[in-house]
Amino acid sequence: MIAIIDYGVGNLFSLKSSFSAIGAKALVTSDKAEIENADKIILPGVGAFGDASNKLFGSGLGEILINEANKGKPIMGICLGMQLLFDKSFEYGEHKGLGLIHGNIKPIADVIPKDFKIPHIGWNALELKKDSPINKYVNNGDFVYFVHSFYAADCDEFTVATAEYGAPLTATVQNKNVFGCQFHPEKSGETGLKILRAFTEIKGAD
Amino acid sequence: MITKRIIPCLDVRDGRVVKGVNFEGLRDISSPVELAKFYSMCGADELVFYDITASSDGRKIFTDILRETASKVFIPLTVGGGINTVEDFDRVLKCGADKVSVNSGAIKDPSLICKAAKLYGDQCVVLSVDVKRVDGKFTVFAKGGRENTGIEAITWIKNCVNNGAGEVVVNSIDTDGVKGGFDLEMLNEVCNAVSVPVIASGGAGKIEDFITLFKEIPNVDAGLAASIFHFVEVKIADLKEEMAKANIPVRSLV
Repeated sequence: MIAIIDYGVGNLFSLKSSFSAIGAKALVTSDKAEIENADKIILPGVGAFGDASNKLFGSGLGEILINEANKGKPIMGICLGMQLLFDKSFEYGEHKGLGLIHGNIKPIADVIPKDFKIPHIGWNALELKKDSPINKYVNNGDFVYFVHSFYAADCDEFTVATAEYGAPLTATVQNKNVFGCQFHPEKSGETGLKILRAFTEIKGAD
Repeated sequence: MITKRIIPCLDVRDGRVVKGVNFEGLRDISSPVELAKFYSMCGADELVFYDITASSDGRKIFTDILRETASKVFIPLTVGGGINTVEDFDRVLKCGADKVSVNSGAIKDPSLICKAAKLYGDQCVVLSVDVKRVDGKFTVFAKGGRENTGIEAITWIKNCVNNGAGEVVVNSIDTDGVKGGFDLEMLNEVCNAVSVPVIASGGAGKIEDFITLFKEIPNVDAGLAASIFHFVEVKIADLKEEMAKANIPVRSLV
């Protein structure tokens, strides 16, 4: 069973449906016991980092996620959920993240040319940088769907794929059993479903 | 490299896909769920569902269809039609829409875009605008292109983007249904006025019209059309192949 964390941020209908489509059992939950009993955890999210971080820590879910990650359970963050895995974000102020992957969330405006539109929205190609079980079924150049104005910086060590948008933007990250996608696998057609399937096949430590 | 998007638009009434020519004389075509699955397989980059139902019964059928589509089709889904309040945003987002397009609703309540953008983020709010030349001026029309609002289009679009619209669909009433190509003059003005993605709509009749659009106006992000895709006058796979040959970045299917 995969627990999709519900902390009041974003719409989880498509995410749950995409797991059904690949034959994986997923449950949308904010219940501590259900999260602890799940084999794997998905941390979704759209919106602003500060608000999401407050909700995550305010509800106690942040600590549960950190504990489960430290036990070796596979966790994947998606979009803002991926950004929340990092140490901190500089989106409208400075906000604390889960610290499960080292790096910082910064505006893409810092690195892309001035004539590029913000947000980075649409289909872009993955450039695979390192071997990772999350990219098991993905080929270099496969397209995925992005919508974001901030990106994960200072995290080369954990970056397993990037997307070129005037600068290489962090697309997929891994730190041991903790994974993250800046793009939306649940909106990235067959390629996205392949990434979700690869995640469901990752074995945890416990 | 970000790719140029090809977006089929499905007008849905009473659970069926319809498409008018110049917004009149609606014709029934097909099942929205089946058509959405078909387009997704053919390489459509995104889908727009437009609810043209008037009754509340029809609205219920529409959200049922939306939910079924979103549980089977895994590409971005924009929903428009009858969006007048933030409650309408909530209703369609819960059924699996990723973005919500507002048109007449933003004209009736100019604070709608701002309120929705604060709640759901700019990326969720799409301004859809029907524009027609009146005495040589680009003018906003409401109610499916039937009502002249007298509002100057470029200023209107700029204001909506400042209020939080994350994308703009520009539909030229002058070229819609004529199949003589997109309204390049109008699109160029809009692209020069705003920095958010611009989606061209109205006038595509053949593959070359899309090539011309993306070559002439490199700042346009996407091309939207309905009947030419529904009636298979243009196959999306062929269109993308020709775009790639013309060195326009497109998402290829493996």
